[in-house]
Amino acid sequence: MERDDVYEYSLDTHHSEEEGKAVRKKIYLVTLILSVITAVEVMLGMYVKNDGSVTWNTIKALFIVLTLVKAGYIVMVFMHLKDENKTFRNFILVPYFIFMIYLTFIVLYEGHAVGHALQVYGAH
Amino acid sequence: MAGHAAHNLNQTTDWGGKTSPFKISYGKIMMWFFLLSDALTFGAFLVALGFARYAAQDAWPIGEETFNALPFLGSGFPLAYVAFMTFLLILSSVTMVLAVEAGHRMDKKGVIKWMIATIIGGFFFVGSQAWEWSHFIHGTHFGRVELEDGSLANVVAGPNGKLKFGEIKSFEVIEAGHHYRSGQVLTSKDLDLDHEWQHAVVGGHIHGNEIHLHDGSVARINKEKDENVRLLVKKTGGKYKIGDAIDGEEAVNMYYGAFNNGTPTKVVYGANMTENEYGPKTYANLFFFITGFHGFHVSIGVLINIIIFINVLMGTYERRGHYEMVEKSGLYWHFVDLVWVFVFTFFYLI
Repeated sequence: MERDDVYEYSLDTHHSEEEGKAVRKKIYLVTLILSVITAVEVMLGMYVKNDGSVTWNTIKALFIVLTLVKAGYIVMVFMHLKDENKTFRNFILVPYFIFMIYLTFIVLYEGHAVGHALQVYGAH
Repeated sequence: MAGHAAHNLNQTTDWGGKTSPFKISYGKIMMWFFLLSDALTFGAFLVALGFARYAAQDAWPIGEETFNALPFLGSGFPLAYVAFMTFLLILSSVTMVLAVEAGHRMDKKGVIKWMIATIIGGFFFVGSQAWEWSHFIHGTHFGRVELEDGSLANVVAGPNGKLKFGEIKSFEVIEAGHHYRSGQVLTSKDLDLDHEWQHAVVGGHIHGNEIHLHDGSVARINKEKDENVRLLVKKTGGKYKIGDAIDGEEAVNMYYGAFNNGTPTKVVYGANMTENEYGPKTYANLFFFITGFHGFHVSIGVLINIIIFINVLMGTYERRGHYEMVEKSGLYWHFVDLVWVFVFTFFYLI
């Protein structure tokens, strides 16, 4: 049944054959980027020894950056968040990031303190 | 004068609740809200992993040492299997986004093609995870050993090449039990030698070169030599420190010395909820919890994709005039991929 009381946003996303070609090209490009990043991560994980050195810690930071880059491509291109309304995009991303950064900081800080206490006073 | 705004605002649509301020359909907004709440759940799991890890400090296992096995090929391939799984999930995410793109062109055939590929990819991923769990639960040939001072050590490859567990060829019965006659040579045709061996090691049924089998018989063990054994201390018991490595003949003697005088429970194989050979108890618990919850999401995703796929086949969306349902299930599917990207980094890589 046709309804005239709601605006049908679902139809806005339709695109033509030519536009489709451009979209697919972008998808294949992102596939390549994601695959290369994953391959690089695995190589680094295999060949750099996890020994707590400065090199390893740099690699660790690099892993996190590469992960965020991958996540960015998935969310923005595969999930089309980049094509959505800017307000909506910020509505989803900004509160989440603020909360997660806060939570990560506070929990890891606490974990470190607990680990230190266990080392000094023992596990019992 | 009504003022400037009156010209630009359409009373019936803009103030009548007929448009979305986000210019996005209701279904998609709700899917995003659901994913946001799910992202908070997974975020909390990964942060909890970080907490356990920071609290455990040096005792935490290293990803490329724990996950270095491939099906049929054994160990010595750090991270290869999990890299394969990651790649599989990324590819199935790509086929999903191609299905969404085909939907935007109202190309029913294209949607069908790419959704089949996505569903197959999902099944393969869940199957891979099943293998990974099975391997994690059963553990390695050597397990984790408790040394004389109470230190816990893992058996890893020494400096001279690949670690090899000498194959158990046969058990030669020297004292008859309920089942086996004296002089009988038991091979892998008669019983699972590795399983019998691990059972005896944990139960303290090994004395020197003799094994007491479950039926009460005593047999001589015919086993090849182990190669490149290194004991790596993971938890200190006093004499040895974390990170100490013992190589060669000494390592082999210490390993077998821990249990071949009939001492039980000196070796832990694989993982369960109370103990595991890899590291602290929390490690295995978090592995089961995080990858399990993710695997559950993938399974649900496959189910949703199948339901949507059936609707595509029946032409439901063709009649509706748009393939937005494919886009919505796609959002969920990409989210599952997104979570795996983080699990891959924080559980396996770092």
